[in-house]
Amino acid sequence: MFWIVGAILIIAYAIIPVLWIVSLSFKEGDDITNKSFLPTVWSWENYRTVFASDLFTTALRNSIGMSLIATTISVVLATLAAYAISRLNFPGKRLVLGVALAITVFPVIAIATPLFNLWRTIGLYDTWLGLIIPYLSYSLPLSVYVLAAFFREIPWEMEQAAQVDGATAWQAFRRVIVPLAAPGVFTAAILTFFAVWNDFVFGITLTSSEAARPVPAALAFFQGASQFSQPTAPIAAAAVVVTIPVVVLVLLFQRKIVAGLTNGAVKG
Amino acid sequence: MSTTIPAAPPSAPTRTRPQRRRAPVTDRARKERNLGWLLAGPAFIAMVAVTGYPILNAIWLSLFDYRLTDPAGRDFVGLGNYATILTDGLFWKQFGVTSLITVVTVSAELVLGFALAMVMHRALYLRTALRTAILVPYGIITVVSAYAWAYGFSNTYGFVNGLFGLGDYDWFGGTWSALFTVCVAEIWKTTPFMSLLLLAGLAQIPDDYLEAAKVDGATAWQRVKRVILPNMKAAIMVALLFRTLDAFRIFDSIFIMTAGAQGTETLSFLAYRQTISRVMVGLGSAVSVILAILVVLIAVMFVRVFRTDLSQQRGDRK
Amino acid sequence: MAAIEMRNIVKEYGDGFKAVNDVSLDIADGEFMILVGPSGCGKSTLLRMIVGLEDITSGDMVIGGNRVNEKAPRDRNLSMVFQNYALYPHLTVFENIAFPLRLQKRIAEDEVQRRVKEAAAMLELNEHLDRKPANLSGGQRQRVAMGRAIVRHVDAFLFDEPLSNLDAKLRGQMRTEISRMQRRLGTTTVYVTHDQTEAMTLGDRVAVLRRGFLQQVASPRELYEQPVNMFVAGFIGSPPMNFLPAVVAGSRLQLPFLELDLPAGVTGKVADGQLLIAGMRPDHFEDARLLDPAKRAKGEVFRARVDVTEWLGDSQYAYIPFEANAEVAKQLADLAAELDSEALRSQLIVKIDAMSRLRENHEGEFWADTSRMHLFDPRTGENLTRDEAAAADLARLEQDDFRDRIDAPDAAAR
Repeated sequence: MFWIVGAILIIAYAIIPVLWIVSLSFKEGDDITNKSFLPTVWSWENYRTVFASDLFTTALRNSIGMSLIATTISVVLATLAAYAISRLNFPGKRLVLGVALAITVFPVIAIATPLFNLWRTIGLYDTWLGLIIPYLSYSLPLSVYVLAAFFREIPWEMEQAAQVDGATAWQAFRRVIVPLAAPGVFTAAILTFFAVWNDFVFGITLTSSEAARPVPAALAFFQGASQFSQPTAPIAAAAVVVTIPVVVLVLLFQRKIVAGLTNGAVKG
Repeated sequence: MSTTIPAAPPSAPTRTRPQRRRAPVTDRARKERNLGWLLAGPAFIAMVAVTGYPILNAIWLSLFDYRLTDPAGRDFVGLGNYATILTDGLFWKQFGVTSLITVVTVSAELVLGFALAMVMHRALYLRTALRTAILVPYGIITVVSAYAWAYGFSNTYGFVNGLFGLGDYDWFGGTWSALFTVCVAEIWKTTPFMSLLLLAGLAQIPDDYLEAAKVDGATAWQRVKRVILPNMKAAIMVALLFRTLDAFRIFDSIFIMTAGAQGTETLSFLAYRQTISRVMVGLGSAVSVILAILVVLIAVMFVRVFRTDLSQQRGDRK
Repeated sequence: MAAIEMRNIVKEYGDGFKAVNDVSLDIADGEFMILVGPSGCGKSTLLRMIVGLEDITSGDMVIGGNRVNEKAPRDRNLSMVFQNYALYPHLTVFENIAFPLRLQKRIAEDEVQRRVKEAAAMLELNEHLDRKPANLSGGQRQRVAMGRAIVRHVDAFLFDEPLSNLDAKLRGQMRTEISRMQRRLGTTTVYVTHDQTEAMTLGDRVAVLRRGFLQQVASPRELYEQPVNMFVAGFIGSPPMNFLPAVVAGSRLQLPFLELDLPAGVTGKVADGQLLIAGMRPDHFEDARLLDPAKRAKGEVFRARVDVTEWLGDSQYAYIPFEANAEVAKQLADLAAELDSEALRSQLIVKIDAMSRLRENHEGEFWADTSRMHLFDPRTGENLTRDEAAAADLARLEQDDFRDRIDAPDAAAR
């Protein structure tokens, strides 16, 4: 009984702030300042405003596009690297791991500002590529760690057996390890997507227009229908829209996400 | 056909050694090396290319008095920027704010996260619902979470004042109350991550230990204190390390919730403001470098404590 | 099929530890060779060096006349059954067995089908071909691993403790199965195990390893009857050989409980008063009351107090504690530690007729077949009473058996 009460409290803890922003996004007119949790009238008005605004729709397009591209490239590169790190003996392995660790420790903001200068010089400022590249380098360490943890759980004997059976190292990787690691790759992809989707620092420092600005950064610069009205409720609506992909992924792949997060950290 | 080989005493040093020649690198080993770099190379380049230059560039720029709007007036000042920053009372205040947020949020997350982990570990019902719910704050964009809490605490829109009957109390009007709201938002967003790491540690403790403790007459609290916690040390340290490093770099929530007003500016925010808003590139880079050094120091400290702790544990068992 | 020759093989790790030390071993074409020894003796390392999963520090590995030291595993044309089988969980039983064939692009599909079916039939796996390894029992998995090994025409089969994950009953069945398969295919086989029974029953010859050194290579029977040293004597046989302190007194030898004439073979090698270790197998004893009178003269009779008896139905063990002096006790403790067991107390284990009515904590009369006793030098462990003529005889017997098998018409027909 005690545990059930605890469980319900935890669910409430996790959900209430989300419900609050959802409720706020449905408020309209005087309801917005009624200071109560729920609106008196449920209205789609804010969603209409948000989707009518180019600022938001281009930002949404930017976010989706850049996140998918960065995630795909990152996971492919990380899969190869994680396999090499967890299974092969080659000089410089520690260097790769060390660099990955250094990046996770280094403050994003400390990279963003010099990158701001560099990108302006070479013309990557305010472009998709200009964001995808730092997304890659910042998400790679995470994917590498998560995937290396997965690879380590695949018994060594598997590849050795393949080698004895006549496979080259590449065949062993392609035909035995990749199929076995597929769930891990998928988990790494979800975690990487979360990380990239969540980016704010690069988004505000490396963009100046809607050409490449992702949603989190756009939210901070969001203006209401008129310059003077507070854009609170439309921001709430926009926030709800960008939260939907996260909630869907969580609902579908809860088990994999938990496994990926804890594996990488505890064993990695 | 049967052969008998005279027994060689395992430690006989008089035995003539077969001629030692360096074993040539076998096909297998050589192919393995090549493949290793072929596979890890692209990721390595992607990581180094984008971070290596900016880090070195930041260190270089931090040695100049350099304003983006006035490139001609760029002056080499050596460690002058660092001196300026470290002698500035404002920097120390922001250092204090950052440390305070770090300590408060991480300790609250540890306690709360442990409770969450215990419930998730024990709960027989609602298990899936629990784990799914807990992932929502983890997955949600920090900016969205910051907005949700900023609006929640707002005295114009928020439900918090209404709920607790606080009238028009302005949470964002004072340093302490504003910091409080920031901490609440941070704790809400990141406790789930902490609790999942702790849950993984908890799951690795065999039930036997707890049953044995029960038979030995330990109370529930004694079981937590004497069996669970000592066996979770590694998981706790890892979770603390991850979260401390993260909390010390807090930026998004401050940007959205207070924009550094009311003395809530943190070091990351200072670095951003100097470089991007005030275009004081030299000074901003110096702040970034200092921040990076502090983060590395924290990491090193943790790893130190962690190491001695682990080796002591091993010592105890022998 | 091919012979495997190892010449002065050494495996040295980066820290200078030598896992395998100067091992030379010839395995004949078609022979079933067992590598045996306690954990850490280097037997698995040696096997992995044959197959190419472990680099060779120095020495020559020659398979079928070709030196293979630098060759990758895939170029050595060997197959291996792993301890945990290493079945690919994402492939069906059929595809698992077909895997090595699929890697060779030039083998046609119908040929793959035919060979997999043939291997599956031999291992009685036909009805499981579409299942995944996760849905198989331990014994079935083991057979799939064997199927994958035999589907190619390889020069040799290598087994790395293939039965250690099965329960005792299944292990017995699979042991026979492996033996039958090897006899039928006539392929050179190297088999690593730490199990006594597997070592004694499966191999044509057994190689005993200790801390990376080869101790003795011989037929199971020769190992049992004419071990070269105390290590081999103690390792082979279950329950293990009894080791007793024996003191030379003139032309006599004094043991706990009994005294006898010094065996002829050692008279020149030992000094008066020297301490030796006598080795006597449990089955070289009998309850004197149930003894065939004709045998009595071959051994010695003694009285001793029985501590514990274990009645097993077909036989019976009696435990007789005795006092060993400090030097022998230490020697025995060292040996026990090396053999992965613990020397708890010095006791004599004797195997007696199940009909015997000996009672615990009573004295009984025993007979020991002292003609089969061995004497060991306590410092070097060397066997002082090894009968080279008898050993050569046993070796010839084994050789004849092996030739018969290889030259048998059904083997030649293949």
